[in-house]
Amino acid sequence: MLGLLLAPALLWLFALIILPHLDLALLSFRERVAPREYVASLAHYRTFFGEPLYWHVFVRTATLSALATALTLLVAFPIAWTIAKLARGRMSALLFVVCLIPFWVSETVRTLGWMILLRESGVLPALLVHLGLTAQPPELLYHDATILVGLVYTSLLFMVVPLVGSLESLDNSLIEAAYDLGGKGWSILRAIVIPHAAPGITAGCIVVFMLTLGNYLTPTLLGGKNSQWFTEQIYTQFITRFNWEQGAAFGFLLLALSTAMVWLGLKISGQRFSDVMRRA
Amino acid sequence: MVATPDLEVRALAKRFATHLAVDDLSFSVARGSFFSILGPSGCGKTTLLRMIAGFIQPDRGDVAIGGRNMARVAPNRRPVNMVFQHLALFPMMSVAQNVAFGLARRGVGRAERLRRAEAMLERVGLAGAGGKRTEELSGGQRQRVAIARSMVLEPTLLLLDEPLGALDLKLREHMKIELKQLQSAFGTTFVYITHDQSEALVLSDHVGVMNHGRFEQLGTPQELYYAPATPFVAGFVGANNRLAGKALAVDGTLVELATRGGWIVRARRQGAIAAGAAVEAFIRPEATMLGRTAAELPAGQTAHAGEVISLLFDGANSAVLLRELQSHVEFRIALPQSGAYADLQAGARICFTFDPQRAICFPAPAAHA
Repeated sequence: MLGLLLAPALLWLFALIILPHLDLALLSFRERVAPREYVASLAHYRTFFGEPLYWHVFVRTATLSALATALTLLVAFPIAWTIAKLARGRMSALLFVVCLIPFWVSETVRTLGWMILLRESGVLPALLVHLGLTAQPPELLYHDATILVGLVYTSLLFMVVPLVGSLESLDNSLIEAAYDLGGKGWSILRAIVIPHAAPGITAGCIVVFMLTLGNYLTPTLLGGKNSQWFTEQIYTQFITRFNWEQGAAFGFLLLALSTAMVWLGLKISGQRFSDVMRRA
Repeated sequence: MVATPDLEVRALAKRFATHLAVDDLSFSVARGSFFSILGPSGCGKTTLLRMIAGFIQPDRGDVAIGGRNMARVAPNRRPVNMVFQHLALFPMMSVAQNVAFGLARRGVGRAERLRRAEAMLERVGLAGAGGKRTEELSGGQRQRVAIARSMVLEPTLLLLDEPLGALDLKLREHMKIELKQLQSAFGTTFVYITHDQSEALVLSDHVGVMNHGRFEQLGTPQELYYAPATPFVAGFVGANNRLAGKALAVDGTLVELATRGGWIVRARRQGAIAAGAAVEAFIRPEATMLGRTAAELPAGQTAHAGEVISLLFDGANSAVLLRELQSHVEFRIALPQSGAYADLQAGARICFTFDPQRAICFPAPAAHA
């Protein structure tokens, strides 16, 4: 019975995730020596470690993703706190919808909207000139900061949802008791709220980090050729250079990176994967 | 003038939208005493407690603790600690960390606060439990941790918000005694709120019976029980038979009244009553005496007759529920401890009597529905 209920999902998982990955794994471990002639080899992985550009992009993607995750947490926490603890009934539902609204628009359209707003001849630079803050309209696109803003915006909901869940389950009387015993805002946050919300925080961070690391559209459109996001390298190998073997190797390196970072995150925060996933 | 009371509440009032939660309340609690606020849910007792703790700002009036006015003093700076209804122990911390939490917030060094936490745990009978997690403890032990966590800060006043409410009956009885012993051992002033009259009577030096945001009566448990000041107190504190009717005649301290069914009884007058006025009389189940025939009852007291509805066996608290023959009013009478009358059957006729001095007659409250 259980097998029957899970059959569609298992089929899906097998056909669309496991099979292509097996194929990609095989691809990544072979080298073309002549037309239609391949040998097993680690050459594509060696290329990655031998070429500083790839390394650089890889580390940069990981760092910026981690930064975007941290920023998302900082922005999402007060929102989640408001929804879970301060707002009542309808207000709380309304705030949730406000967080959801951006996702009614396709990511492409949304990001293109940002470009219209931020490009040199766009709305925001024109406003800055109008207010007399700058003489020339500044180029706001193609900066790391712009990429970060875009990524945080895209990820916000995925952080807010698990945070609200874990904060809602926090008994208000614990906060009152801590306050009553002489606690102040920061010490209560550190001693009571964060330890309680830790599974939710970790869950949100894992989801946001994975989404950010694997994001292609936002860094490409907002960062242009300066973005140097690792997914672009994969895209280039597959589509521009027809080097599927190299692309597949990069894909697996990205998978390894995200797995390693999640493992590290769980280790540092002292959380168990099963607890965290229940919150996500 | 005796020592400054540890808690002094003056003309305190709080309104929520249209509902007056606390209505112009004034009282004081002497140092080292156990004070209970007893009332049904929704009477405003929680609001009152939270105003003393500082979680709610009063609309009017003052709270002074240890002689110091607490207006504009935040809860974390008041010399008051609270034991919460569900105790609110911190599940993310060990027992010792729970107890040391307040000390840490005061900047007491790590070694010192662990030493003091351990000493406090020893005082409440939990020596060596410091390393345990809070969920490993029994309900009673958790309560002691909650008290230790507050007492380690040496507050002037400990507020307790129905901490026994969540426990099962047996443990509640046990914890009642333990609370009383802890309070006398510490000598700290306790302010305890509860809707359970038995808790209030057993634990307290003084009890304020609260209803609709006001104190109906403030007194010792004995005063509340034997000399209730209002019909509400008579009905709320302890078991009581309530007879509503009209005063037929008033003779000094005694009122002769008739219930709706025409049953005539006499009771001690409490308050101004004129003949013809609507009244309420209360007679305790244990103030009544049973007899199989009128001849068995003491001479000189009016004998009443009833038909047994059922026997309510509850060990030492056993009672018989009967219907007075004339008016069919239900009446509850405590059974003597001797075990006589244990054989009463439903439908049996029985006689009973009570001393009018031990029955109390109030003017019927005007707003009574």
